[in-house]
Amino acid sequence: MSVVAEKELRVVGFLCNWCSYGGADTAGVARFKQPTDLRIIRVPCSGRVDPLFVVKALLTGADGVLVSGCHPRDCHYTDGNFYARRRLEMLKRLLPFIGIDERRFHYTWVSASEGQKWQQVVAGFTNRLHQLGPLHAKKENEG
Amino acid sequence: MRVGVFICHCGNNIAGTVDVARVAAETRKLPGVVYATNYMYTCSEPGQEEIKQAIQKENLDRVVVAACSPRMHENTFRKTVEKAGLNRYFFEMANIREHISWIGEDKELNTNKAIEAVKMAVAKVMNDKPLYSSSFKVNKRVMVIGGGVAGMQAALDCADGGLDVVLVEKSPSIGGMMARLDKTFPTIDCSICILGPKMVDVAQHEKIKLYAYSEIEEIKGYVGNYQVKIRKKATYVDWTKCTGCGACMEKCPTRNAYDHFNFGVAPTRAINIPFPQAIPKKAKIDPTFCRQFTKGKCGVCAKICPTGAINYEMEDEIVTEDIGAIVVATGYGLFDLDKFPEYGAGRYPDVITGIQYERILNASGPTSGHILRPSDQTEPKTVVFVSCAGSRDKSLGVPYCSNFCCMYIAKQAILTKDHVPDSQSYVFYMDIRSPGKGYDEFTRRAQEDYGVKYIRGRVSRIYPKGKKMVVRGADTLLGTQVEIEADLVVLATAVISAPGAANMAEKLHISYDTFGFYVESHPKLRPVETNTSGVFLAGACQGPKDIPASVGQGSAAASKVLSLFSKDMLESDPAIAQVNINACVGCLKCVKTCPFQAIKEEVLRSGKKVAKVIETVCAGCGVCTSTCPCGAIQLQHFTDNQLLAEVNAICQS
Repeated sequence: MSVVAEKELRVVGFLCNWCSYGGADTAGVARFKQPTDLRIIRVPCSGRVDPLFVVKALLTGADGVLVSGCHPRDCHYTDGNFYARRRLEMLKRLLPFIGIDERRFHYTWVSASEGQKWQQVVAGFTNRLHQLGPLHAKKENEG
Repeated sequence: MRVGVFICHCGNNIAGTVDVARVAAETRKLPGVVYATNYMYTCSEPGQEEIKQAIQKENLDRVVVAACSPRMHENTFRKTVEKAGLNRYFFEMANIREHISWIGEDKELNTNKAIEAVKMAVAKVMNDKPLYSSSFKVNKRVMVIGGGVAGMQAALDCADGGLDVVLVEKSPSIGGMMARLDKTFPTIDCSICILGPKMVDVAQHEKIKLYAYSEIEEIKGYVGNYQVKIRKKATYVDWTKCTGCGACMEKCPTRNAYDHFNFGVAPTRAINIPFPQAIPKKAKIDPTFCRQFTKGKCGVCAKICPTGAINYEMEDEIVTEDIGAIVVATGYGLFDLDKFPEYGAGRYPDVITGIQYERILNASGPTSGHILRPSDQTEPKTVVFVSCAGSRDKSLGVPYCSNFCCMYIAKQAILTKDHVPDSQSYVFYMDIRSPGKGYDEFTRRAQEDYGVKYIRGRVSRIYPKGKKMVVRGADTLLGTQVEIEADLVVLATAVISAPGAANMAEKLHISYDTFGFYVESHPKLRPVETNTSGVFLAGACQGPKDIPASVGQGSAAASKVLSLFSKDMLESDPAIAQVNINACVGCLKCVKTCPFQAIKEEVLRSGKKVAKVIETVCAGCGVCTSTCPCGAIQLQHFTDNQLLAEVNAICQS
């Protein structure tokens, strides 16, 4: 069982527990409809996201990766998201060197109260990926 | 490994758009899963009982619950598995409600997504390790930030409960907004008469240490053990000597200083005591106006002071307090008049704000309680109130209702009639919002007994015409335009977050919403807690609130502190970083990146240099784990292996 062929792409999301995961919860509570492609992994802080996680996901099957944390200066851990910003910005620039379109990776900041913004982020990123199409060649047994 | 999976219907919340039976059937095929079932309400008592029984009957050693957000029920189920004899960290939640059933409409896609979510949780739980919390000592002192009515209530309740309290107030006196009000709705009780005794209680309570005219400089530490640096701002008056006689204020030659307490209704002296009931009742020099500071000579107050308390050389002083918990009660701010060009943007002296009018009505205010309009000090006969000046206006960035304006407008209109019996008041309103005990009756009284004319509509323009102010607006009930020639216009300006609210939140590590109001842990069930343990909220810093709600929240926050402090030891969260000394190469990059200075260098007996985590200080962010070049420092419960297991569960299938 994996993503539903033709309808969905594989999108991995790393969300910080305090802001963005809460924002995604808020969006759910408010029933803001979203594309179903995204699979969410909860991390304590966006600063916990090792850029290699993103690379690993993209190389092993994901069509896109989204990282979302607290707004700069609103980090639950003071400045974890500043570390995230540096690392992820660097990663974005390095992705083309391993042959991956940098548009397949997106990082953003969504607070726990921004349910509507979360909906826009998910919809926007998913649409972008659908325009780019799948990253990996279709396996024999799929489709 | 024997994993058990419990899939919740949550009534129709999940089962409505997710085929839970199929999720359970697919889950049973996963390696490691020996038991999977779906249940109507897993969080209910029988639901939890079923988990406990299954753990025993099926000999489960790991549990996954697929239900709502872990931010909702993770703790509930951790306790459940713990009661059945498992380590509480052998548990994972798959969020199939907020992140799946509530946001997707296609049942097939939702069901597939739910199966994947369960698969990720199972992959994670199979990599989980047992973790054990240790306990640490609590410093049973509480700090209250903000000395308004909410903060005072919290401070008094904590102090009466036997705790040592440090109360920090930014302005020279405690009392906050309530000390500025003339009367309170719906009883028309004198505001300072009911607040004054409370202020005195705060001043005289032996358990309360008051820092007035002080601000929070820095907060370090964690629940039970905070170190707070407080900046005692220079008052240029030695408060240990000042008796509050007021002689300096009388003789001060600078008569045009801005009066912060009276919101600039009238000027004050450069050295002043904000109001007669001020606590502490001490003088303070405003150096932006004082001649000694602006011109370098004057010294009148130094000569006149009978106790020699004046000290022009005084500097800010930093003191450190050790604290166990913090109550934040920093209150609110008000929208600026100059945001309203259509109402004159603050250029017309006879267009004032609600709080300014409150000072004019107040006997301790600049007009001694006589209603005199600012421009020519005459008694206004026609007073127009404009509600929602800023509030409920998306274009001004304030889409929310300011909560108490409808009520204070009604009160001020009643008081206007009391002071000037031949006056007529008009109120332009969008809706009259008066939910509260005796509130609706009160707004009706204003209309029926005091003849206040309520006009449903917005004001489009205010402009001067001779000595009058013309208020032009719409009456949407009659469908006509209205023009009123008023002597005085009072705008009920929107309630906004306190100035510097965001800055304070950063110091406290608590979150704030788009408007700068602090975010509570749960909007319904944890209204005074924040996501940072040991930090509680009270009053309007969390959102616009009237006096009884603020007082209630102050007491609620105090009760939370008291129950937190009812134990001598607190349990630490074991999900913190751990160093594998065999893998650590001693580069100490983690020491530099740790936001909490929780990692230090340690030299082993072999002479090898390694990193060491100070357990009580580590907050569990994991920045070090993604910094470490060799994977030697791992944030427990969110290790590389655990997170990559989730990545693999999604990607490699």
